Order: sequence, then structure tokens, then C-alpha cells
Amino acid sequence: MRHLHRGQTIPILLILPSVIGATIFVYGFIGWTGLISLTKWDKLLPNYTLAGLSNYQKIFAHFRFQIDLWNLVVFTVLFLILSLVIGFALAILLDQNIKGESIFRTIYLFPMALSFIVTGVVWRWVLNPGSIQMGSTGINLLLEKAGLGFLKSGWYTDPKIGIKAVVIAAVWQMSGYVVAMYVAGLHSIPEELREAARIDGASEIQIYRYIILPLLRPITLGAIIILGHISLKIFDLIVAMTGPGIGFSCDVPAYFMWVTTFHSNRFAQGASIAIIMLIMVAVLIVPYLVYSLRKEVRV
Amino acid sequence: MRAQALHRPKMRWWRPLIYAVLIAFAAFYLMPVYVLLVTGLKKFAEVNLYHMWSPPSKLSFGSFKKAWFGGMGYSGLYLNFLNSIYITIPATIISAFLGSINGYVLAKWKFRGSENLFMLLLFGMFIPYQSILIPLVQVLYKIGLYSTISGLVLVHIIYGIPITTLLFRNYYATVPTSLVEAAKIDGANIFRIYGWIMLPVSMPGFAVTMIWQFTSIWNDFLFAVTIAQNPNIQPITVALNNLAGSYIVKWNIQMAGALLAALPTLLIYIFLGRYFTRGLLAGSLKG
Repeated sequence: MRHLHRGQTIPILLILPSVIGATIFVYGFIGWTGLISLTKWDKLLPNYTLAGLSNYQKIFAHFRFQIDLWNLVVFTVLFLILSLVIGFALAILLDQNIKGESIFRTIYLFPMALSFIVTGVVWRWVLNPGSIQMGSTGINLLLEKAGLGFLKSGWYTDPKIGIKAVVIAAVWQMSGYVVAMYVAGLHSIPEELREAARIDGASEIQIYRYIILPLLRPITLGAIIILGHISLKIFDLIVAMTGPGIGFSCDVPAYFMWVTTFHSNRFAQGASIAIIMLIMVAVLIVPYLVYSLRKEVRV
Repeated sequence: MRAQALHRPKMRWWRPLIYAVLIAFAAFYLMPVYVLLVTGLKKFAEVNLYHMWSPPSKLSFGSFKKAWFGGMGYSGLYLNFLNSIYITIPATIISAFLGSINGYVLAKWKFRGSENLFMLLLFGMFIPYQSILIPLVQVLYKIGLYSTISGLVLVHIIYGIPITTLLFRNYYATVPTSLVEAAKIDGANIFRIYGWIMLPVSMPGFAVTMIWQFTSIWNDFLFAVTIAQNPNIQPITVALNNLAGSYIVKWNIQMAGALLAALPTLLIYIFLGRYFTRGLLAGSLKG
């Protein structure tokens, strides 16, 4: 018994530094931010006078934050749908014994290696609409040359489009990831399964509909969780590509939080936005974490 | 070679269509790279937003030189490139090493509550960092690491631990536990087993984890822009964003700068893409 106990001490000691680090830097700091969100700290110097939930009331009533939340919903929904549809479609196409399959996959996935800042800087110019006096630039210029001038748009400079233009850049960056996930999923489906269905007279479309799609469901869930939490935190791309935009048409909570905290020194308000962001991400992540670890332990 | 090739009909009318779609998407993903290259390689006189899609008539590296060394009213990116290296390399190595130890313990020396501890650690990689940023700045300021390279290294190590632990735990789970058990019976202790059995087979795990960490730390913007107030220590992402936000910097220089900032991770992806993808998928729990 003593031996067993001693056998457990060293492993615990080995991971203790990381556990202490995480406890302080993740959970301790979250608690601290939560505390700040309940105070009146709105100048450079800390002020821990409690103010109850008034920061939350104020922020939810703030017109800019309301726009931000709506933008975040629009961004997340469009980004998820487009990435999943494109990712799934390309993975299925790549599954058809394509010559150069790995070259295509490499090209689709490479934007994942780039920083959102690089993506933002490039796409800012690609989606720069140009001006009426000087003529079109970027995509608009291409569309014009292709005789598709009617598709020209103001992109992110048009407040009606705003954040939807940022979705294009985000999909460009992340959809290859979804391709890679689905391709890995498709490779893990045993060929015998398809073979058996073929022998039973199933058409290729039926095989996808009734065998492959259901087996890919966990991947879809994983992709939704991963893209979803990235989307809820989106910040870099907005900074580099558009900024808050005309009438805050490109603004998101993460950007508002950063500006309000580190430019305007309204720390309590910034902290309240941060906590709201954390809750949104936790609602998405925690059930998934618990679910996937439980599943893993059972196996 | 997959067996299905034998059974499927060889050529159908829609096969060219599939290739057309795949190629069209490849063009979509490559299009910004084309713009980057074409613009960066043009002569200054030739750079014109209204001809941004036309290839350069003559190759010129002037834009890259200006982006790297700087010009009138703006500084070049070479200093920031070096800063990124000073930040990324130590943080990558240390966080990978810590992850390896944690992963080893959590995969092969499970104790009561170790799974819950793991989940506790794991949550740290999903949080929006905005929710820890204010206390982080306060603490770094107090301990004298605010706006220093060491401060950024420390931050990247700490917040890198969850993902490196996950990657190594999953990797070590594939090493047969019977090997570890046999070594235990032979009287080897936890450190010897790590040194003799785990480390020698850890190279792929280190490759995956270090590539992952290198890429995320190199590409980080939020921590850098918050903590690195001093322009002399700013990594390249922050400097590039400043360059791109400046009105006096011509856009061809911005494009050349973007390519310089992207180059290290892009090269890693091109030459070690296998490990990069494996990291992406192994940490399917991570974005």
C-alpha cells in the first residue's frame, strides 16, 4: 500500500507545475476578470469599488455591443455553413480517385499555416472595391474584366455587407481544415463497407447518403465546435482587414473589448465583455469536452 | 492503392467536371498568393492598384528590400522578424518539453482524478484570451516582464501547455503500455522509463507538437499587441499590422511584408506539411 502511494507521488509532482500554472493563469485570472467586471474601474488606475452587475446592464444596452452581437451571429452562421459545405463538398470530390489528390489537399489547407494578420492584409486589398472616379480594383476589377460587372460590390466598405465580406476571408483561411477533417474521416471508413453495399446493389449516391454521411456525423460536430469557437473569438482578422467598419458594420465583441479596455482604459466594461465572450465559448465547448472525454474513457 | 479503383467505372462524363471544380477551388485558394507575389515582385513604377492582377513586366525585389529594411518614415520588418524568432523558438521548445512530460504522466501514470485534471488543463486552450488579458497585463507589469520578449515567451509557454499536453498524451497513448509495465517490473523508475522508452520514440510527437506551437506562436497577434507596447520588441504580426495601417507605406510594400511574415510558417507547411496536418487532426479538439 505504501509502495502504491509512493508510486503516485512523483507523477503528481511532475505535472504539478503545469496544473498550478493553469490554475493561476487560466482559472485565477478568469476569476479576477470576473471581479473586475463587477467594479467601477474605468480609468487607468485600478479601482475595485464594487458596482454590482451594472457593467453588464450597461453593455447589453449599449448600441455598439448590440450591433457586435448581431454581427457575431451573422459571421458565425455564414462562416460555419460556408466552411462546412465547401469542406464537405471538396472532400467528397477528392474521394473520387482523383489524380493529384494530395496536391489539391495541400493547396486547400495551406492558408491554415498563415496568420490572420497576413490574411487580413491581403484580403483588404483583394476586396478593395476601388472608386467610381478611378475605377475598380481587386475582385471588382476581375469581375469587370470577366464581363460580370453586375456582381461588383462595395464589399466591406458597404455597411450593408460589412462583416459578411470578412466571412469570405475567414472561409478562405479555414475551409481547408474542414476538407482535411472530412478526408481523414473518409479514409477511416473501411472499404469493405462500401464494397458490401455495392454488392447489395446500392448506388454510389445511396452509399454516401446511407452509409458514409451518418459515419461522418462526429466529424461534422467536431468541425462545428472548432470553427464555432474560433468564430466567437474572431479578432485578428477584423483588426487587419477592416477595423470596426462604417457604423460598426464589421465590429465584433472581441474588438470592442480590446479597444474599450486598452485604448479607453474602461477596464470594468472590457472585463464584462470578456466574461460574456467566455460564457459563449464555454456553452459551446464544455459539453463537447465532457462528451468526448467520457466517450474516450469508455472505449 | 485502394481496391475501389478496380470496381469503379473508369471514365464518366462528369469526371472532367469534378476536376474543373477542384481546379477552380485551387485557384480560389491560390489567388491571394498570386496577388502577393505579383505585387511584391513589381517595380515601383509599375505598381498600380488598377493593374493589380497583371504580372510584372520585369522582376524587381525593391518592395521586399523596402519591407525588410524600411524606408522614409517607417521602419523595416527585419527587427520584428528577429523578435518573432526570439519569442517563438524558446517558447516552442519549452512548451513542447512540458507537454511531453505532462502527456507522459497523463497517458502512462494515471492516478485518481488525472482525467479530470486533464480536462481542467484542456479547457485553457479554448478560452477567449480576452478573459485573462487584464490580469495578465497587471501581473506582467508587477513582475517586470510587461513589454519584454521574456514576458511574451512566458505567456506563450503557459498558454501553450494545454495543447502540447493534449498532443503528447494522445501520442503516448499509442505507445504500448505493456512496454512501460515491463520496465516497471524490471525496477525502472518513472524518469528512466521516460528516458529509455518514451523519449527515443518521441520524435514524431515532438515534430507534430513543435510545428504546431511554432505556427501558432509565430502567428499570434492578440498577446503580442497587448503585451509588446515597445516597438523594439514587437513581433512581425504586430509590425505588419502597423505597416499595413500606415498611409505612407505603399501597398506593394505591405504585400511584400505580408509575404515575409508568412514565409517561415509557409515553408514549414510546404516541407513538413505531413506533421502539420497530423497536429491539426490529432488535436481535433483544438483550433
